Amino acid sequence: MSSLVLDRVVVSAAGVDGVVEILSETSLEITEPSIALIGPNGSGKSTLARLFNGLVTPSSGRVVVDGIDVAQDGRRARQHVGFAFTDPSAQLVMPTVLEDVMLSLRRTHRDKGERRAAALAILEARGLAELADRSVHTLSGGQRQLVALTGVLACDPQVVVADEPTTLLDLANGRLVGDLLMGLPQQLVLCTHDLDLAARCDRALLIEGGRVVFDGPAPDAVDHYRATA
Amino acid sequence: MSSPTPSLLGDYTPGASWLHRLRAGAKLGVLMLVGLVVVLVREWWVGLAFVALALVLLAVAGVGVRRVLRTLRPLLVLLVVLVAYSLWRASWQVALEQAADLVALILLATVVTTTTAVDDILDVIVRALGPLRRLGVNPERVGLAFSLMIRSVPLVLTIAGETRDAARARGLERDPRVWLTPFVIRAIAHARDTGDALHARGLGDD
Ligand SMILES: Nc1ncnc2c1ncn2[C@@H]1O[C@H](COP(=O)(O)OP(=O)(O)OP(=O)(O)O)[C@@H](O)[C@H]1O
Ligand SMILES: [Mg+2]
Repeated sequence: MSSLVLDRVVVSAAGVDGVVEILSETSLEITEPSIALIGPNGSGKSTLARLFNGLVTPSSGRVVVDGIDVAQDGRRARQHVGFAFTDPSAQLVMPTVLEDVMLSLRRTHRDKGERRAAALAILEARGLAELADRSVHTLSGGQRQLVALTGVLACDPQVVVADEPTTLLDLANGRLVGDLLMGLPQQLVLCTHDLDLAARCDRALLIEGGRVVFDGPAPDAVDHYRATA
Repeated sequence: MSSPTPSLLGDYTPGASWLHRLRAGAKLGVLMLVGLVVVLVREWWVGLAFVALALVLLAVAGVGVRRVLRTLRPLLVLLVVLVAYSLWRASWQVALEQAADLVALILLATVVTTTTAVDDILDVIVRALGPLRRLGVNPERVGLAFSLMIRSVPLVLTIAGETRDAARARGLERDPRVWLTPFVIRAIAHARDTGDALHARGLGDD
């Protein structure tokens, strides 16, 4: 399993009245296969999650992913850590499903024919082959999120960070995407308001006001959150 | 989404016509040439001839009448303004010529985008810009920007439709500020999210 390390990380941003700390000094090491980040709106879950592939840079401290210092070697870190967003529309950048998966493969498959075949195989393996030539606009929300995840996984990351991937989905699709994420061989960092999904992780961090206020087995963290909220 | 997807420039639709099989570079080259001719030749009947040609090609490509109308709908306002202005400042010949030129160009571009996968267009651009690499131009990046542009047209139109609907629901559609502000904010937010997503996928790094 991978290891994610935050070493005395602080994230601050320029607010209306001076600099505000969005994430107070945090140090932790994550080696579990799956970890959930839970907590109220605006507590800093997304900020913490985004640190792992350089979408947010710390104001001080270091973020190290499997020995890669994210600030120093952003490019390798991004190849190493895949990121899935809440709204898949923003992630699907090509007009059709197949082309979008092919885009992820541009770095690894230089030859066009091979790229196409590989993308089709990936879609096939996820049971999405019949969507290959569909325009990404015409997909349902659930299909769109599955395709977006497929595009992320096609880059072959070692770690997957997902920021509220099921928030826009109905019960069935949320379960589908949740099961897919929980079944991944990769290490998973999952921000979510779905506490049942969070409880299925190995470990959870409860975040409030930019601080980790509880860190432990996921079911305990969820219970703690339910009791204190 | 409530309304059918707006599709200026259409979306790629796989097919087996000779237009589909034609090389992407050839199609783009011809489109550029025709574009020049249409704009440079100031005869109204030349414009109309190209509109006719475009309609024939669209039929060959298997694009239905409904799709063609849907493609042109967003242009309607612009066309009306253009024609009215030309009728006022010039003559019916000029009005007709300009309207026909515009419609011909959009339809011909639609022929190319419906019969060519964006990935193929991307390859052409990357290859064509290859020699500029020495000048510091990154062809992959330009190609990506281009495909993002094509991809964003229907999305931006969708956002525009949604924000106008929201304003209408509040009975405020007459005040452009009410829908323009959220439209701009959402369009920019979308652009930023897309940038984040590209960044996260490690695309645009090389
Ligand atoms: N660029 C920024 N500048 C200023 N403040 C920011 C910036 N980004 C985030 N914040 C603030 O930091 C806090 C944490 O935001 P974050 O998005 O990490 O919360 P979250 O836990 O993911 O919330 P949610 O559950 O709503 O997604 C919020 O108060 C937010 O307003
Ligand atoms: Mg968040």
